[in-house]
Amino acid sequence: MRGLAPRIRQQKKRMDCRVKPGNDGILAGVRAMNTQLLIQLLVNGLVVGTLYGVVAMSFVLIYKATQVVNFAQGELLLVGAWVCWALMVKYQVPFYAAMPITMIFMFVFGILIQMVFLRPMIGEPIISVIMVTIALSTVLQAAMKWIFGVNPQPFPPIFTSQSVGFLGLQIQTVYVMSLVVSLAMMAAMAWFFQVSKHGLAMRATAFDQQVAQSLGISVKNVFAMSWAISATVSAVAGVVVAVVNGVSSGLSIYGIKVFPATILGGLDSIGGAVLGGVIIGLLENFAQYIDGEYLHWGNLYEVAPFYVLIIILMIKPYGLFGTKDIERV
Amino acid sequence: MANSMIPAGDFRTTYAADTTIFPTVTSRNFAIAGVMLACLSPYVLNEYWLSLLIQIGIYGIAALGLNVLVGFTGQISIGHAAFFLFGAFSSAYFSAKLGIPAFFAVPLAGVATALVGLVFGLPAARLKGLYLAIATLAAQYILLDFFARAEWFSGGSVPAMAEPFSILGYALQGDRQYFYVVLAYVVVCFLLVTNLMRSRDGRALVAVRDHYLSAEIMGINLTKYRTLSFGLAAFFAGIGGALYAHYQLVVSYEGFGIERSILFLAMIIIGGIGSIMGTLMGTAFVVLLPEAMEWITAVLSGSAIDQALGLKTNITFLREIAIGAIIIAFLVFEPDGLAHRWHQIKAYWKLYPFSH
Repeated sequence: MRGLAPRIRQQKKRMDCRVKPGNDGILAGVRAMNTQLLIQLLVNGLVVGTLYGVVAMSFVLIYKATQVVNFAQGELLLVGAWVCWALMVKYQVPFYAAMPITMIFMFVFGILIQMVFLRPMIGEPIISVIMVTIALSTVLQAAMKWIFGVNPQPFPPIFTSQSVGFLGLQIQTVYVMSLVVSLAMMAAMAWFFQVSKHGLAMRATAFDQQVAQSLGISVKNVFAMSWAISATVSAVAGVVVAVVNGVSSGLSIYGIKVFPATILGGLDSIGGAVLGGVIIGLLENFAQYIDGEYLHWGNLYEVAPFYVLIIILMIKPYGLFGTKDIERV
Repeated sequence: MANSMIPAGDFRTTYAADTTIFPTVTSRNFAIAGVMLACLSPYVLNEYWLSLLIQIGIYGIAALGLNVLVGFTGQISIGHAAFFLFGAFSSAYFSAKLGIPAFFAVPLAGVATALVGLVFGLPAARLKGLYLAIATLAAQYILLDFFARAEWFSGGSVPAMAEPFSILGYALQGDRQYFYVVLAYVVVCFLLVTNLMRSRDGRALVAVRDHYLSAEIMGINLTKYRTLSFGLAAFFAGIGGALYAHYQLVVSYEGFGIERSILFLAMIIIGGIGSIMGTLMGTAFVVLLPEAMEWITAVLSGSAIDQALGLKTNITFLREIAIGAIIIAFLVFEPDGLAHRWHQIKAYWKLYPFSH
């Protein structure tokens, strides 16, 4: 009896065709050994988590600098991934050239979005601004489907070797690349904000717009710049995900997963966003482990972050590192 | 008092005059005439146009709830479709599984949805603006996951069946008869909300929207009213959903993702945030837009534009793009929506020869 029960439960599991950031090819064939599965999930969670962290970081960048909650963050990933895919597949551009072109394109794209759609909304109520970004995500999502079709497309292989050995584990090269790229982007971001002149100007603007303006910082430029950088960073993350999973409109789920991550870390903390992303990534994979081993509920990992989100909002709405909103009358 | 025309200025001297539902006799007569005209429509319109009218009514009720939340209380919800769907499933559950007649199941579904709304509205007591938006986003995903999982309630992957609507044992047949049910609910719901806005509680909601700190200082219980408006929004979503269930007779969670929630937001933005009649206009706009696009596609078929864009195959994407673009255009150029445009037209005629 005991041996039979799980198998029956497993059959009840629903087919799930969506792109799932939680479980990818890495899991194939290791179901039997639980410890190894756990370690693989840990690695997987770390990789996905750092990606969430990068996207969350670029989300917080926009929020901090311009006070705009960007519901179209996932679509920025999507656009970046499709552009890079189109360059490589349709125009046969090699990867080392396609990547910079994509980044430049997304930089300009970010500036354009800010200038055309967000600049008229300065001073409007927060609901209107949120709605503009939601509408923007609808438009971009549909436009991408229109231009590139609804079918997921595999990304052309970039690495010659499929996997590398590390401490006795076989890890796919793309996962290593993903981790390295994520960490590199985080380091670049840290350098940008700590050292460079533009980064300092952006931090000053985030701290106090009026003071920044009176010190000769062009707030307009800072707004455009923050969108440009955020779009570029998101696009890189999008390409990384695309290399691992292929390109499809499911990529934009990363833009939704950003919310649990940033709420956990605190909406206006870049470090918190990174940490929140990693925690959410790990949590998803552990939820999947517990689900697969004990609960057998089906896609728990997909909703687990949202339960966490609600709980955090109830007990600690400003997250781990967020600034508490203290209002004086 | 009871003027037939709107005077060219604000000459009201009593609170009673300021809070009437209809400012003039003419406007009241027009509203009554409108409802009577709607009563006649099943005899005039064909099935297709009637189904569009029913859809406008059903979605209009749900959008009205959203407008109470967004327009009057200044909270935002990105999970309205999930509440709509909860109403649909619970009415189907009450009528098909528990055997409660649909006549009672619809209001019951509204109450059940309101309770669920209150649970998700609890964060609303502490949160505002964007945090609340994110909480409702989570509600959308959690509820949809629940529908996909709870086979006892929603049938899981199998669509749930709902009983046809019946009044005191008489089962209604066809859209023509069901239209009157929807019409009755639309009239009742819109009168309810209009009345709410004239009352003490309605004014409290508006005060919370306009300046919540001042409202709190004036003794308005923020927690109570925020949660209340969340419950109200869910209640109307539930009523709309229940009517939808007994109209379609089959409820499936397909197609009620976040895009549908965005459509609800589009309805109130296009109609006018914080305008009761605007809600109906916006709903009509959003429901008729795809039809208009179909029609344009049919007209353009074979022309150069059609060949360039491939209209027929890409109509779904173009529709989504159009919805998004229209939301942005309204927010940028006409933030107060169609209702505002309508007021301007009225104001133009009110002052006609001397507009300044």
